[in-house]
Amino acid sequence: MPATVETTPSSNILLKVENLKMHFPVFRGVFRRRVGQIKAVDGISFDVIRGETLGLVGESGCGKSTAGRTILQLYRPTAGSIILDGEDLSKIHGKALRHRRRKMQMIFQDPYASLNPRMTIGEIVSEPLEVHDTYRGKEKSERVAYLLQVVGLNPLYAGRYPHEFSGGQRQRVGIARALALDPSFIVCDEPISALDVSIQAQVVNLLEDIQKKMGLTYLFIAHDLSMVRHISNRVAVMYLGKLMELADRAEVYIDPLHPYTQALLSAIPIPDPVLEEQRKRVILTGDVPSPANPPSGCVFHTRCMYAERVCTDKVPDWREAHAGHWVACHFAERFIKTRGD
Amino acid sequence: MPEVLAVKDLVTKFYTDTETVHAVNGVSFHVDEAETLGVVGESGCGKSVSMHSLLRLIPIPPGRIESGQAIFQGRDLLRMSPGEIRQVRGAQIGMVFQDPMTSLNPVITIEKQVAEPLLIHRGMTNAEARTRVVELLTHVGIPCPEKRLADYPHQFSGGMRQRVMIAMALACSPSLLIADEPTTALDVTIQAQFVELVKKLRDDFQMSIIWITHDLGVIAGIAQRVAVMYAGFIVEHATVKELYANPQHPYTRGLLGSLPRLDETRSVRLVNIKGLPPDMCQPPVGCPFVPRCPYAFDHCKAENPPLASVNNGHTSACWWDIDLGKPRG
Repeated sequence: MPATVETTPSSNILLKVENLKMHFPVFRGVFRRRVGQIKAVDGISFDVIRGETLGLVGESGCGKSTAGRTILQLYRPTAGSIILDGEDLSKIHGKALRHRRRKMQMIFQDPYASLNPRMTIGEIVSEPLEVHDTYRGKEKSERVAYLLQVVGLNPLYAGRYPHEFSGGQRQRVGIARALALDPSFIVCDEPISALDVSIQAQVVNLLEDIQKKMGLTYLFIAHDLSMVRHISNRVAVMYLGKLMELADRAEVYIDPLHPYTQALLSAIPIPDPVLEEQRKRVILTGDVPSPANPPSGCVFHTRCMYAERVCTDKVPDWREAHAGHWVACHFAERFIKTRGD
Repeated sequence: MPEVLAVKDLVTKFYTDTETVHAVNGVSFHVDEAETLGVVGESGCGKSVSMHSLLRLIPIPPGRIESGQAIFQGRDLLRMSPGEIRQVRGAQIGMVFQDPMTSLNPVITIEKQVAEPLLIHRGMTNAEARTRVVELLTHVGIPCPEKRLADYPHQFSGGMRQRVMIAMALACSPSLLIADEPTTALDVTIQAQFVELVKKLRDDFQMSIIWITHDLGVIAGIAQRVAVMYAGFIVEHATVKELYANPQHPYTRGLLGSLPRLDETRSVRLVNIKGLPPDMCQPPVGCPFVPRCPYAFDHCKAENPPLASVNNGHTSACWWDIDLGKPRG
C-alpha cells in the first residue's frame, strides 16, 4: 500500500511530545532510601495533529495512562517536552499552567470512581466553570443545561446524584464535565472499557459527534484495538514505556511493521467464526516484564520471535520507516521487503 | 451426541426487603459431550446467576431457586442434598471464575490450593497429590512447576493465576467445565494464550465446556453453539456459524452491529442499541427487549415470545420475522 500521508505543516500540529520520560522512584527500608525507579514512560515522541484522533494502545502496565496523565501535567515529567499550541507545558507552573488547563481536559476510565457521589451532576459539570470563573449566575446554569443536552442527558436531571445513573449515563456526565471549558484537546483514558458492549457503541458515537461539532482533538487511550481502529485517524502502539509503532490507522492494521503489533493484532478475536477458523495466530509466550527492571536493548526482545543478538545489545531507533510510518525495530525494513512492494 | 447436562425452566430470584430481582426467568439449555456452549450477554443479564444456580452457589437467602431442573449424569443437581452437591462440585463439574486476583486464597500456597480437590474428592495422600499437582501445572503451561509449589498467588501474574485456576478446576478430570468470563480480566495477548490452552485441554480431555462471556469475538473462536441471554431469558440459540451469519433476534443483531471489526475497511458508524439494559426488579411482562427494539409492535408488549424454531436447531424468541419484515405467522 502506498504511503498517502501528506507532510503536515507545523501550524497543524496541536501537540508535540518529545522524548517524554516519567520515572517513579521506588523507596525501601526504614530510611525510605531510593532503591530504583519504575520507568513508566521512557522516552516517547509523537505529534498530534489538530482535529485528529490519535489512538494509544498497549497492554495493562505499558504506561499508556501515565503518558496521558503526564501530557496533561497531572504528573510532572522526569524529562522531555510537551508543546501544546507552541507552549512547553513542562516549563510553566502555577497560574500560567492553570490557565492552560482550560484547553486540555480528560475523560476518565471508571465512571463510578470519577464522579463525586456527594455532588449532583449539575454541580459536577459546573465545577470547572467555577474553578476557572468563566461563567456566573444564570449563564452558568444555562451552560450546564446546554452541556447536558450535548451529551444526550435531560437538563432536568441536573439535580440528581451519580448513583441514580447507569454506567453509560455517568460516562456522559464525565464527558460533559470535560467539555465545560471548551477545550481543544481531550485525553480519553479508556473511556469505554468499563461499559457494556451495547453502551460502548453509544458512547463512541457520542465522542465522534462532539468531535465533529466542536473541532476537538483526542488522544484516545485504550487496550481494545478494534475500538481504537474504529475511532482513530492514527494509532500508536506502546510496550513497556516505549512506543513501538505509529502510523495511519489502516497502515497499522494492514501492514504492521513491528513484531509486537503483529502479535497484538493476531491476538484479537474477530466476531466471525468462519474467519476465526482460518486464522493463523501468533501467540506471544510469557508475560510483560516488570517496568522496574526492563530488558536491555529492545524491550520486546524477550517475547519476540525474530529477536537476534543486536536486539539484546542495542535499543532500536525510533524512526520513520516510510512516510508517516514510525517504528522502533531493528528489522522493520525487512518486513517491508518481505511484503514485496 | 449424549447430553452431559440438560437444564429446564430454571428460575432464580433474589428477594430484598423492598424488591424482588428477577434474575433468571425460565432458562433451558443443554450441553453435549465434548462440546463447548457459549453463553453471551451483558452484565446483569443472568448468565452468571444461571450457572451459579446449577452449582447451588447462590446465597440463600436472599436468593432462591424457584423452579427448574438440571439433569447432570442422570441426577437433578437442584434436588441434591448439600452433601451430594459437594461431591459433584470440583469433582465432576469444574469451575473457573472471572477474576484470578480474588478467586485464589492469598494466604495459602499454590500447591495446597490445587491439591485441595484431590485430597477431598480423590482421597489422595499429600505425596500423591503433589505429583499430580506438578503434572497439572505442567499441563497448563506453568514453567518449572516444582519450584513454584510453595509460592503464593501474589507471586504469579494475572495470566499465570488464571492458569492455576484452570489447573484446580481440572484436578479431578471433570466431565464439565464452567468458565465464567475467564478472560475478561486478562490482556489480549494473555487472553489469546488462555483460549489456545483451553482448546487444547478440551481436545485432550474430551471435556464439555460452558463458556460465559460478554465478548462475541472470543466466543466465535471457541464455541460450537451459542445462547444469547437478555434480561434473564435466552433470546436466541444457534450453532456459532449460523448465529453470526444469520442473526435473527434484534438484540443479537444490535450486539453484532455495535462491535467495530478489525477487518472493517472504512469508517462506518457503529449501530448502537438505544436505551438502557432492563430493570430486573420489574416482573417480566411481554418481551423484555421492547423498549430498545426497532421492530417492536403491539403484540410484543402483551406477550413474551417463546423460543421458536427459525431453521434446523436455530431458535429465536421474537414475534417479528426479520427476513420477511412482518410478524411471524
